[in-house]
Amino acid sequence: MEKQFKHIQAAHCENGVATSLMRYHGLEFMTEPLVFGIGAGIFYIHIPFLVLNNGPAVAYRTMPGWIFSQANRSLGIKVSRTKFNNEKSAKDFLDQKVKEGVPVGCQVGVFNLPYFPPEYRFHFNAHNLIVYGKENGNYLISDPVMETVTTLSEEDMIKVRFAKGPLSPRGQVYFPENVHMVSEEMIRTAIVKGIKRSVVMMLRLPGGIVGVSGINYTSKQIRKWRDKLGPRKAGLFLGQIVRMQEEIGTGGGGFRFLYAAFLEQANAYIKNDKLLEISEDFTKSGDLWRESAVQMGRIYKGRINNEQKDFEVCADLLKEISSIEKEAFIKLSKIKLK
Amino acid sequence: MKKEELPQDDSALTSMTRELMYVKDKDGKYTTDLSKGWEVKQAALDNAWDDIHERTEEARTAVKNGEKSAIYYFMEMKIMDLSVLSGYTGFWKFTIKRHLKPSVFKNLSDEKLSIYAKVFEITVQELKNFKG
Repeated sequence: MEKQFKHIQAAHCENGVATSLMRYHGLEFMTEPLVFGIGAGIFYIHIPFLVLNNGPAVAYRTMPGWIFSQANRSLGIKVSRTKFNNEKSAKDFLDQKVKEGVPVGCQVGVFNLPYFPPEYRFHFNAHNLIVYGKENGNYLISDPVMETVTTLSEEDMIKVRFAKGPLSPRGQVYFPENVHMVSEEMIRTAIVKGIKRSVVMMLRLPGGIVGVSGINYTSKQIRKWRDKLGPRKAGLFLGQIVRMQEEIGTGGGGFRFLYAAFLEQANAYIKNDKLLEISEDFTKSGDLWRESAVQMGRIYKGRINNEQKDFEVCADLLKEISSIEKEAFIKLSKIKLK
Repeated sequence: MKKEELPQDDSALTSMTRELMYVKDKDGKYTTDLSKGWEVKQAALDNAWDDIHERTEEARTAVKNGEKSAIYYFMEMKIMDLSVLSGYTGFWKFTIKRHLKPSVFKNLSDEKLSIYAKVFEITVQELKNFKG
């Protein structure tokens, strides 16, 4: 019997692709929060001195591709990932997969993605979608951030797969291979692995710009921005932070609500009430991220009529978030899982 | 965030989709809900676009005043920076920086100009004749 592909809407594109593909291959238990947690997606980094799109370089999640690979690997599933040097072989490969009836994930740039509104078409190259078929020369697309399925012409497909610039996709196609049955025990192990990995990434990486200390670093920077950049540019910098944190694809609160949802679901596999308690901590953190966005919004909406004390309010909030998340991850590192 | 607090503001997303968010239901359990948008981030997006338009206008002036070549204007217009333009053209960033100088630009071969024109989706003539 032919397996039916089912479109699933997700908060985040890569989670969504992973969830849909794993479910398609029979892993019915899979949900977006589980993918995100097992894939150890939660993160924070502020790269100093680097200016991206005329704003600070901050990220609330790990490198594109990691979540998918990590989530599969932790469950013992192999991931096939292919990049291409030329457009022809990229197209042939995709068409072959379509012919075989295998839905695959594609990394694409959004600058030329026709169904995105113009306001969202930046040179952002780490968007992900699923190609699950072809009809009348158009690819059938399941884009996880969309409510319904859509299509892309062959020409547009090549354009978005060969978008250029930072993180250029180079036609990248990926899918899980030889998916096997996964036992509850394996899920538990994968959850524990994911949590441990996130603990390391948020607490123990050196440098002061990643994890919870990275949040603190941003807090300190915000205090300096108004003097250093002038009120207008400092406001734009805050706007960029808010966009990285709240834009479509984050689930809100810089992925923190997603992580809180993961811990809640993890509790169903690993019975431990502490997980629920820590989930609450991340909800709190997500709420504070939202609150900081509101405060930052007040600044950049006023454009130039802002004052240093407004920036201090935002910085204080980030400092508080940093310490809440630090506590939460320390708690996570201490509970006996298994 | 509680389900009932989920903002439903008009935004640029409205024409495309509603976005999925993770929110808490009445019993304090996580669930998902769809949002039309949030004015806080819409304002951030609007600001970013205002900035882009301003930069493009500044680029136009720079070309008009003979400080920069036309490539600079079209690069800004396509929201590109040196690394993105380098990716699309295959030129080194260093080379592009030189091509941004009017004195170097005016001696560029049609072959090189056509590479830029293709990326900017204009003709070589339009690129050559752009005076700001």
